[in-house]
Amino acid sequence: MIEVKNLTKIYSGRKVLDGAGAVILDGETFSVIGPSGCGKSTFLKCVVGLTRPDSGAIIVDGRNVAEIEDELEMARVRRNFGYLFQGGALFDSLTVMENVTFGLRYLTDIPKKEHERIGREKLALVGLENAENLKPAELSGGMKKRAALARAIAAEPKYILYDEPTTGLDPITSELVLELISDMAAKLRITSIIVTHDIKLAFTISDRIAMLNNGRFEVTGTPDEMRASADPVVKGFIEEGLSSGAHQRPPGGRGR
Amino acid sequence: MTSFFFKSVGERSLLLARKLGAVALMLRSVAVWLFRAPLETREVVRQSVRIGVESLSVTILTSFFTGMVLALQMGYTSRNWFNEPLYIGTMVAFSLVKELAPVLTSIVVSGRVGAAVTAEIGTMKVTEQIDALYTLGTNPTRYLLIPRYIAFMITLPLLTVFADFTGVMGGFLVSSVKLNVPSSVYWNDIFTFMKISNFMHGFIKTFGFAFMIATVSCYKGLHCEEGAEGVGKATTEAVVMSMVLVLVLDYFVSAMLVAVGLI
Repeated sequence: MIEVKNLTKIYSGRKVLDGAGAVILDGETFSVIGPSGCGKSTFLKCVVGLTRPDSGAIIVDGRNVAEIEDELEMARVRRNFGYLFQGGALFDSLTVMENVTFGLRYLTDIPKKEHERIGREKLALVGLENAENLKPAELSGGMKKRAALARAIAAEPKYILYDEPTTGLDPITSELVLELISDMAAKLRITSIIVTHDIKLAFTISDRIAMLNNGRFEVTGTPDEMRASADPVVKGFIEEGLSSGAHQRPPGGRGR
Repeated sequence: MTSFFFKSVGERSLLLARKLGAVALMLRSVAVWLFRAPLETREVVRQSVRIGVESLSVTILTSFFTGMVLALQMGYTSRNWFNEPLYIGTMVAFSLVKELAPVLTSIVVSGRVGAAVTAEIGTMKVTEQIDALYTLGTNPTRYLLIPRYIAFMITLPLLTVFADFTGVMGGFLVSSVKLNVPSSVYWNDIFTFMKISNFMHGFIKTFGFAFMIATVSCYKGLHCEEGAEGVGKATTEAVVMSMVLVLVLDYFVSAMLVAVGLI
């Protein structure tokens, strides 16, 4: 479980996060939505220790990540996390297979001779079986996202953090990535935190959604609860997001 | 007007102090992680090939022609003064081994490789690949900086040895073909006067240059501003700064080596 308490982060005098708090339960898919520049990516980076908050606590399985100073200790905490960056962040000088298996050496004790087998397995999961020897520059945007996803799940983390997983992708590839995220959560029982401005994605696959605005999670609830929210800011944001293209989903949250 | 001047000086001083502090923190991190985690041997080899092997041809070309022009200049000057080309081998070898080979090799490498290192690390920073290193269980010091530091410190001195040799050969070519100096005279001029301490003077300097080029290139890459413009600006600054610092450091290191008897 991840518990965020009173998280504050200030950039150049501006409070990007101002006392934000949330609880993310094991196995759930938790989406964070909000206007551009509201601090969604900052929140995600604080959770995994890439950004140190100015105050507050981030309790991951009973451990306050925000207090960890030692890089080796932080690396041990990060063993439980996979992170899908907005642009993929694949290493340009390595092939797809080398990218996917990169973390196995540092995050796990799996022998090196097993790495390639695991890499192939994860690439097959994301539909990139034939891309293992390609370099990132030779991949399309959708393929890069999928390769980055394979890398994020290679060490079979407990938590996966997704930073705008469908941004910049065409609708078909977005749908594919959405299905992959959903399958991963269902099959591997991974806890997912998704930061997105894609309201349709959030409402399709999330167990709960939180709206970040003015540095705080103003409203948190299931997709149905969010739809029914009387908060005018939330209502307006969601209605605007959902009305841009029809997307039907069954009521009551992601069916599990 | 006066307060604006002092404010400007104050702001620049604070900025410089912050940057020097950041460099010091980076160096501390390199020193700590050098012993804290296993070495990324594959990366050291890869960087050594990039920095050393791939710079060999340009180093040889630069030093060969430098040796040739030294011999030419010294030969004709000597002829004007003494009616014959005297001690060409001595002057070419001493100039190259003690000064020109280390400095020119360092400048060539800082322009060719230093720029590439800054651009690579800077691009990694702006595309979140540095953050990705952290999430995958390692860190940029361990995976990026230390291999580059080691590669620079191993390959730059070795490149300088190649530069010494090829520069002297370039001088030999001009002195024997153009100046008609017998080859035995050319080589005797070198080996009569040159001691191992003269060679070590130039060789030791390159370790200082290598460390400095690695520091500037890595620091500029890690601290570049966002976007392609930020990376481009950092790359240019890294090259200019490295080249200037090679020349500045050259004086101080030379003075230090002379003071301890390595003349």
